[in-house]
Amino acid sequence: MRYLPHTTEDVAEMLAAVGAGSLEELFAAIPPECRRRAEMRLPEPLTEWELDAHIDRLAGRMATAPEAKVFVGAGSYDHHIPAAVGFLASRSEFVTSYTPYQPEVSQGTLQAVFEYQTLTARLLGLEVANASMYDGASALAEALLMAVRVTRRPRVALARAVHPLYRRVVETYLAPAGVEVRELAFGPTGATGAAAIGDAAELAAVAVQSPNFFGCIEDLPAIAQTAHAAGALCVAAFSEPLAFGLFKSPGRLGADIACGEGQSMGIPRSFGGPGLGMFATRMQHVRHMPGRLVGETTDVEGRRGFVLTLATREQHIRREKATSNICTNNSLCALTAAAFMACLGGSGLRELARLNYDRSEYLKARLRQAGVGLAFDAPTFNEFTAVFPPRFRDTYRRLLDRNIMAGLPLEPYYPELADHYLFGVTETMPREDMDALVREVQS
Amino acid sequence: MKEFPGAGGLILNEPLLWEQGRRGRSGYSLPRPDVARAEPPAELAGEGPDFPDLSEAEVVRHYIRLSQWNFSVDAGFYPLGSCTMKYNPKTNERQASRPGFAGAHPLLPAALCQGALELMAALECLLAEITGMDAVTLQPAAGAQGELAGMLIFHAYHRQQGRPRSKIIVPDTAHGTNPASAALCGYTAVPVASNERGVISPEAVASVMDAETAGIMVTNPNTLGLFEENIRAVAEIVHGRGGLVYGDGANMNAVLGQVHMGEIGVDVLHLNLHKTFSTPHGGGGPGAGPVCVRRRLEPFLPVPRVRYADGVYTFSDDYPLSIGKLQAFWGNMGNLVRAYSYILSLGAANLKRASQLAVLAANYIKERLKGVYHLPYDRPCMHECVFSDKLQQAHRVSTLDIAKRLMDYGYHPPTIYFPLVVPGAIMIEPTETESKETIDRFIEAMQAIAAEAEQSPDTLHQAPTRCRRRRLDETAAARKPRLTG
Repeated sequence: MRYLPHTTEDVAEMLAAVGAGSLEELFAAIPPECRRRAEMRLPEPLTEWELDAHIDRLAGRMATAPEAKVFVGAGSYDHHIPAAVGFLASRSEFVTSYTPYQPEVSQGTLQAVFEYQTLTARLLGLEVANASMYDGASALAEALLMAVRVTRRPRVALARAVHPLYRRVVETYLAPAGVEVRELAFGPTGATGAAAIGDAAELAAVAVQSPNFFGCIEDLPAIAQTAHAAGALCVAAFSEPLAFGLFKSPGRLGADIACGEGQSMGIPRSFGGPGLGMFATRMQHVRHMPGRLVGETTDVEGRRGFVLTLATREQHIRREKATSNICTNNSLCALTAAAFMACLGGSGLRELARLNYDRSEYLKARLRQAGVGLAFDAPTFNEFTAVFPPRFRDTYRRLLDRNIMAGLPLEPYYPELADHYLFGVTETMPREDMDALVREVQS
Repeated sequence: MKEFPGAGGLILNEPLLWEQGRRGRSGYSLPRPDVARAEPPAELAGEGPDFPDLSEAEVVRHYIRLSQWNFSVDAGFYPLGSCTMKYNPKTNERQASRPGFAGAHPLLPAALCQGALELMAALECLLAEITGMDAVTLQPAAGAQGELAGMLIFHAYHRQQGRPRSKIIVPDTAHGTNPASAALCGYTAVPVASNERGVISPEAVASVMDAETAGIMVTNPNTLGLFEENIRAVAEIVHGRGGLVYGDGANMNAVLGQVHMGEIGVDVLHLNLHKTFSTPHGGGGPGAGPVCVRRRLEPFLPVPRVRYADGVYTFSDDYPLSIGKLQAFWGNMGNLVRAYSYILSLGAANLKRASQLAVLAANYIKERLKGVYHLPYDRPCMHECVFSDKLQQAHRVSTLDIAKRLMDYGYHPPTIYFPLVVPGAIMIEPTETESKETIDRFIEAMQAIAAEAEQSPDTLHQAPTRCRRRRLDETAAARKPRLTG
């Protein structure tokens, strides 16, 4: 086997040094009653080319662009990934290193993560970002647990217009901790009104997503103001951070914690994972923050360098009193996102966000012209909700047979939104494909 | 002449991203506008973030220079204990990057994603067979999230039994994540000390296991690299008093094909695909932490589960006792493809041999360095061995100095100061993919450093001198945190 270098002579010499008669004897410390009685039953090993053929067959049974046309975002977006980003993210010096516990031999990862933290904090309009969380959903759950620690209050309010799968993750994380989750309804515009919050007196946090699951921009200043007036934190989640190239950042609008999914930043959709949990807050809360942090320091010669820092918040020091149990996070995805943001630059990010906005506005307008109703009238980014007559279900199924996914049916997530479909397009969706979609849904 | 890998080299300086570039540059190929420009509402519009503008070539050079400041397992020996830094096969990267997987939207209807669902179902079966457990979830993003899933399953199980419990037993050799994960479920960690043989004794467990205790978290082999030989007796005590046994599978690389985790009494076990199953660690993730359970706990696994009926794979949410969801989507698919490719490339015999060679390499290092460094538990180890700096302390040389000096010789240091039960611990995990020559050369480096500790301890105090940076001031970093630039 090409990964196992030991020859028969190597093994014999090493066994002799150890004083064991055979490889099996090395396991003598395992009592007989703990030994496996039967060998593992696994398929015969594949050669490298047999594996290629096998995985080829499986990958071939997936609907992906350009053959498939997927008009869906919903937390996973098809943005162009520059060749340079993919190339840099596959450098094995980054890929095959461990968490940078030994800073002198890890300055590459450490500086890259420090830069990621800085760019992320700037993007989200906050003072400090961590080294990454697993994904947008678990980042939101950890943000709410953090708000509970900061305020010492046992209850949070969570908008129903937050990604439904994120809300399920929040429920998983918060239920055993005894934190109560109150749901905030969305209004007829598709946005969550600050009035929905009601009495915020016992709340640790008011959490919304902006742009929300329906693509609608929330009125963050009003929500933040209501939360702050009651002593609660304002948590702003997101699944499409590209929006902040065009719209005001959550930090600037009053969010105390901004958290969400960074997959849009140069990371392949990869059937949903790995993604990138982005997480930023104000400096005053940094010691309550979950996750790893890289900080700047100097070496014994006074030269600038970087280290993992504020570890006293973390599991390996604080054990059960840690701010989170997270250790391995999504570091390589953070590096990828930083390289993506560096390629775009400030000017590029702004222009790319505009191009995305233009495209979804175009599709919106074309559908409206074709007589398709739009569910909500709040301003949107990249995504919007259309309403079709019930007979559209047959059209939808026919289109699926042709590898066209004409939006995401919302009814499984929102029973009250039968015949509502969430559409998403990005800069990679050509105009002719949008025109073709409009013709198809009309017929 | 023999040479250690450590060498002086040309290390290029590189500033931070925003210390370079010029407004108006770009490293991105923007699409040609083919639809009309739309104006967003003025009151919502912002200015966009203050990012530097760089050319593509500037970005590439920046990250290439940074990459050269990193030690990696592709470049050298990385015996970081408890982390299983084995070789990461390149074919796995090819498989994970196929457009069919890398480009797939997670919310595709089942008919359009049969390949991914089939792979997930197959990988679940392979991991169940390898561990000897009955059912598997691939959703947890990393080992710590797998532990959280395990604790949530404990919590849900006891609630369903009608008796929620409040405590959990965590041995002193456990990873720090264990108590942190348990705390997320509201459990109070009850410590038990390991005995003079470095393992848990059934008596110690019996003295704390009561009707308020949800169960025990056991890392087996433990963090001293020793097999928990009393595991069956411990499991019987815990089960007898209504508790469950959690197995931290971070050290599974020691026992592939040797131990049937189900039969020794483990109820829930997490695996780190980025350790045992060769997926790269990425400088701190992404990993993947599948959780395997016995049949009676299957109803509690996270949703959705992959089901197969009438020739079609589907996702199903129809598990009312499930603990819920841990990630928005289904798991770190990229790493699932890599681990699947790894298992299919090795097969049963090679996986078993991998563990045998990993254990052989650790015992070989232990025997050859015994006496040169203090060995607190002088008995056969599994896939890692733990030394301490006790002998070097006489020369005012510490574990930290030894670790830093190893860098100058061209090696990544072992895990240090862990496990906590050994003061000044030096935990070495060589893995099965390192050749005897590599290991011999490392042993020589460790011997040379021990000699230096006696003859010129200051050489060690000054180390490292060949890296991009010399020792960094971690105290100053924590006292006045500077976390953004």
